[in-house]
Amino acid sequence: MSRTLQAPVTVAFDYTRSTGPVIGRFFSGLRDGVVVGGRTSAGDVVVPPLEFDPVTHEATTDFVEVSSVGTVTSWTWVPEPVKAQPFDRPFAFALVTLDGADVPMLHALDVASPEDVSTGMRVRVRWAPERIGAITDIECFEPLAPGEAEAQPLVEVRASASLETKEDDVTGVITTVSLDYNYAASPEESLFYRGLNEGRIMGQVCPTCQKVYVPPRSACPADGTPTAEEVELSQTGTITTFCIVNVPFLGQKITPPYVSAYVLLDGADIAVLHLILGVPADEVRMGMRVKAVWKPKDEWAYSLENIDHFAPTGDPDADFDTYKQHL
Amino acid sequence: MRDVAVVGFAQRQMPQFDGSPTCVELLVPVFKELYEQTGWTRKDVGFWCSGSSDYLAGRSFSFVQAVDAIGVIPPVNESHVEMDLAWAMYEAWIKIQTGEVDTALVYAFGKSSAGVLRRTLALQLEPYTMTPLWPDTVSLAGLQARAGIDAGLWDERAMAEVANRSLTDAEKNEYAIRKGGSSVEELLARPMYADPLRKHDCSPVTDGVAAIVLAAGDKAREVRERPAWLTGIAHNVDPMGMGRDLTRSPSAQRAGAALDLDGVEVAELHAPFSHQELILRRELGLGDDVAINPSGGALASNPMFSGGGIRVGEAAKKIWSGEADKVLAHATSGPALQQNLVCTLEGTL
Repeated sequence: MSRTLQAPVTVAFDYTRSTGPVIGRFFSGLRDGVVVGGRTSAGDVVVPPLEFDPVTHEATTDFVEVSSVGTVTSWTWVPEPVKAQPFDRPFAFALVTLDGADVPMLHALDVASPEDVSTGMRVRVRWAPERIGAITDIECFEPLAPGEAEAQPLVEVRASASLETKEDDVTGVITTVSLDYNYAASPEESLFYRGLNEGRIMGQVCPTCQKVYVPPRSACPADGTPTAEEVELSQTGTITTFCIVNVPFLGQKITPPYVSAYVLLDGADIAVLHLILGVPADEVRMGMRVKAVWKPKDEWAYSLENIDHFAPTGDPDADFDTYKQHL
Repeated sequence: MRDVAVVGFAQRQMPQFDGSPTCVELLVPVFKELYEQTGWTRKDVGFWCSGSSDYLAGRSFSFVQAVDAIGVIPPVNESHVEMDLAWAMYEAWIKIQTGEVDTALVYAFGKSSAGVLRRTLALQLEPYTMTPLWPDTVSLAGLQARAGIDAGLWDERAMAEVANRSLTDAEKNEYAIRKGGSSVEELLARPMYADPLRKHDCSPVTDGVAAIVLAAGDKAREVRERPAWLTGIAHNVDPMGMGRDLTRSPSAQRAGAALDLDGVEVAELHAPFSHQELILRRELGLGDDVAINPSGGALASNPMFSGGGIRVGEAAKKIWSGEADKVLAHATSGPALQQNLVCTLEGTL
């Protein structure tokens, strides 16, 4: 048996961001198939445009269109691409100074091997088939064909007047983030979940203050001592506090109204949060005695959900003094 | 200004930690070691500050759970930065300067191996035009290394020399997870990984924790015969974008220029990639007479959120032992040496 329980977990979320006028102008250009840079107070054309001038700190308002052809100023090979990079096969990341710009921009370069890329090589933007106003509208850079470099005319940098803000400018962008982890429980959490998989509720005792923690923690949060001694808890306890859930929400598994309660198991010093069933919601009360009701054994896993809910025992309520320290 | 010294340091480093991302399991023994070094209990610590990030291993509020390792009855004065330990130390140094507290224990933890570290770190990039491409840490360092090679500022041999010296020195470091020098020729004969970087040019993915104790004035003298006095500390940041001159690190230069670096005998530089040490030596104006990274440095092991602070701890050990009178420690954060903190530690005030 491994020391700790481990499982793969994916954390995913979409970031929705407003672009502001400068990045919005840049993304609008990409959507329309042109690369837009911003001119700084020093006269340099920067791609992507800087939102604020590095010297005067004024907002960038002087936009210029630059070529979609440029020169590689640095590159690195990506032998083992990671998820969501522009390619899932080996490729290069490159810094490319587009004709008409003064500083390089970062993007992928589609070449088959490191032998096919060199600093100084001429490349062009390969546009994505569908463009939405995002950096990924540039699918990648690709090498110019032999002889093509000379044939490609330098675009004349257009005056800013031709690049005025338009009504359909991009104002927002959504970036999807999805992170894969191998998630480990602590040795103490592993004890807890292994216990649940056997129908037991395990805790640990702090050797300093004798408090019993369930689930057990790596150290007593009160005094920082590791909690080594294991203890099996009673499956009966007292409701210390509760709330009646009336509001529906995304992913809700139980139809409201239902009761979510802190249950202080007999012998424990910290309550566990769980569901109360087997009693009308409006009859649940502080001090009510409840017991764990387990799911059928063939549904058990390393989960607190093995306990389906807590239900009233029918015993008289606990005296307030027995749990007032745990509120 | 109050005189503040580094008086305690402890660390744990490993290629793969199989426990919880909160790292409480590792922090408890590290704190115990520091209580032994200082003769203090947790109640003697005036301020606590930690460095970590939930993104690293996917555990939300891991910095709150890590506080279990302190024990918070009675309540403690505590803070957190989503930065390396060295920046947590900077906050603690400020806190002591305000006069509110005389002592601080700063700590950091990270389980880099839980995810794909070089990918996870794309989340620290500019979110509109960089993160959607997921430029990984190794690639961004590779672009920087190539820029310097193309400019004739360094070559693969100079990078291999850094790696060989680091791996040789790491043999004496019980915490280093990659060690064993060979020769520059042997390193250069190894295959390219992320051209122009070979694997030994890149710091290894490392899990771990580290902690530093600061104390002011007589409190420091009570702990150590020779406290490592923080005689200077400064940090600066460069723009996020890769459009800057990657062969330079203006933020490192500026942080170094704010301090008196005359007489520095040893420098612990946080260079997660071999060529970055060459950039830092130039920006800090360190001559050949300065011993660089006798601990083996970040190429031997580089736990996220501790790697910079460990440089401070390793440098402080040289003062405590009397091996040196003046040392420099440096920490970096962000892509391609974007953010840099430099401090000097001295045996006499």
